[in-house]
Amino acid sequence: MAAALTNQLHALVNNMFATGLLDDQFQQLQMLQDSSAPDFVSEVVTLFCDDGERIIGELARQLDKPNVDFDRVDSFAHQLKGSSASVGAQQVKNTCIQFREFCQQRSRDGCLKTLDLVRTEFYDLRNKFQVMLQVLPNVLKIHLTLSIEFH
Amino acid sequence: MDATAFPYGLRVLVVDDDPTWLKILEKMLRKCSYEVTTCGLATVALDILREKKSKFDIVISDVNMPDMDGFKLLEHIGLEMDLPVIMMSIDGETSRVMKGVQHGACDYLLKPVRMKELRNIWQHVYRKKMHEVKEIEGHDSCDDLQILRNGFEGLDEKSLFMISDSDTMRKRKDVDRDHVDQESSDGTTVKKARVVWSVDLHQKFVNAVNQIGFDKVGPKKILDLMNIPGLTRENVASHLQKYRLYLSRLQKQNEERILGTAGQDFSHKGTSENLNLRSSFQEQPSNIANGYPHASQNIQTQSNMLDSQLEDTKSTVPLSVPDKKRSLVSDAADSQNVTSASTLGGVLSFRGMPVNQERKPSETMILECHAWSGGMPSKQFMQYPKHNHERCDLLGDYSCLPKPDLEHPVAPGNLYAPPPLISMSCSMEGDGRDFPDVKPALVDCTKSLSPALTCTVDSVSVRLSDSVVTSTDGDLKFSSVDGLSSIKDCCFDQTNSQGTLRPSQEPSIIGCTELASLPEDLPGYPLQGVSFESIPLSAFDFSHYNDTTMIQSGLQNNWYDDDDLEFSSEMTDYPLIDGRLFA
Repeated sequence: MAAALTNQLHALVNNMFATGLLDDQFQQLQMLQDSSAPDFVSEVVTLFCDDGERIIGELARQLDKPNVDFDRVDSFAHQLKGSSASVGAQQVKNTCIQFREFCQQRSRDGCLKTLDLVRTEFYDLRNKFQVMLQVLPNVLKIHLTLSIEFH
Repeated sequence: MDATAFPYGLRVLVVDDDPTWLKILEKMLRKCSYEVTTCGLATVALDILREKKSKFDIVISDVNMPDMDGFKLLEHIGLEMDLPVIMMSIDGETSRVMKGVQHGACDYLLKPVRMKELRNIWQHVYRKKMHEVKEIEGHDSCDDLQILRNGFEGLDEKSLFMISDSDTMRKRKDVDRDHVDQESSDGTTVKKARVVWSVDLHQKFVNAVNQIGFDKVGPKKILDLMNIPGLTRENVASHLQKYRLYLSRLQKQNEERILGTAGQDFSHKGTSENLNLRSSFQEQPSNIANGYPHASQNIQTQSNMLDSQLEDTKSTVPLSVPDKKRSLVSDAADSQNVTSASTLGGVLSFRGMPVNQERKPSETMILECHAWSGGMPSKQFMQYPKHNHERCDLLGDYSCLPKPDLEHPVAPGNLYAPPPLISMSCSMEGDGRDFPDVKPALVDCTKSLSPALTCTVDSVSVRLSDSVVTSTDGDLKFSSVDGLSSIKDCCFDQTNSQGTLRPSQEPSIIGCTELASLPEDLPGYPLQGVSFESIPLSAFDFSHYNDTTMIQSGLQNNWYDDDDLEFSSEMTDYPLIDGRLFA
């Protein structure tokens, strides 16, 4: 049973890599995990999820104002970019880059559209993370190690 | 020197507002066998560094931070502490990197940072040491150079990194060898040729600074004005650094007090806000115990300076200036007399603490003197009972001398978050609160939970503004107080292997670094709030997982059958794969 599940999980994570949701940085995190910090990946991912949500909230708040302060929006987008880079959330990171461009252009519409996009991507990623970590933590650890080997 | 073991124990301070990065970097650095302290706010990082700069070898900081620009932090550190600083950013534009270099960064790393880059940061520390040697060679003192050369050769790797600057070494000579900091104590002192900054010399220095104008001051100008033969620009430069540091500390303390953090009492003088501390000091008996030398001839000039200073402060209470003659007294002057406590306000005060009511006056006094001295390093504090110097020494002396207008080095308008105040009452193993035993522990219990405590910290009081949060006994717990940013900025040394540190599970601790160095026998320890383990599975929305039907159906089963799947993944060796997984 576990084996089949592992394969499925393996497929899930592989899929995340293949579709560009995750990049090499996530593997770096996996490699950092060791016996002295057995929940490292889980903890880092949790931090990212919480922080990311906070930043997205800020972005929405900023863009909701009648007079948008694009520098502030840009600063938050930058934060999200940095945060997503930390866990290898490549797709979110790239969207943040787009976001910043719209900020440079002072385009509220562009920013709002990109905000929607980044929000969707972020929540999608977060859900996948949550499943991985919550449902299958033990198997995940093994699996993740395997994925390093196979990549 | 064993090349591979060389940078072991390098003491790194990491500053980054992103909690995810902070955690990752900390893990990476620890994997390099470095000692890591993390910090989520630049302002707090500066406080930490000011408090114990000698305890760090290198600083790594992000460029974009909410409370202070990373480049500004870089400047401050270079000016005040002269530590090597590495900048980091996800943004690798040439202009940014250039800015980093211009502001004095010794390196600029791009995120995501890789292990191999972090492994190599020790070279910046070493390089700086070498430059210091060269600088010494420019001085006259052959003896010092000889010591230095011998020192270098005789050093083991740990000693090398203990050496931050000459002042540190000077203090170290006097430091109680039992100090848990485990500094190099085998006589391999390294010191630069030092000028003795006598009261007169310092007075000339200050006069020169005032004449030039504090904003425009520079070592060369001061040197020229002072016109002392034999004095070098380097001497003046380093002295100027310390002076600035001291002044900023003083002003900060003063502001803290003014902002009403004072739980202290001016009881013997009345607690009017307009209490003129200056005059109160003059009336006090001269047996306030601290290391300040006699400087009564400066009282008059001080008074003038204080008046001009008044406009700069936010209230009518002048800066407290210990302007009186002092002698070292180890027994208790009435602690009430130490109205220096008033300057402590919210800084370090044990007196208002609910814990440990029986603290001896002498202990109290010492602690207050410690904080009173502003940036007086803990080392100097430690010297206290043996301390017998008559000349101006480091920051302690400047307190007796006039201060010019000072631009607070932290961004002006940065109104005032009191720094994290962690007062700890430590009990030694045997419970004695004898003064000499407690002293080293108390010293370390200043602002951060130093890993070097030999005592078991059994209670922690956090003094924040007007409220005091006391932890429970038995465990070292931190209860954070909502809404008070200072506790969120707490930074902890991460190498504690002795303490039983357990922050309470408090989601509002943001930017507070985790005590990630908890001993490994605290499994499942929740950090940063949420522990995923406890979330019920039904809370998850699985509709996204069209391709993982197996998972959905699998939920019915017990996933934890295979408890015996032992797993360890060290960084460089992958675990053996249990063949059953792939059956």
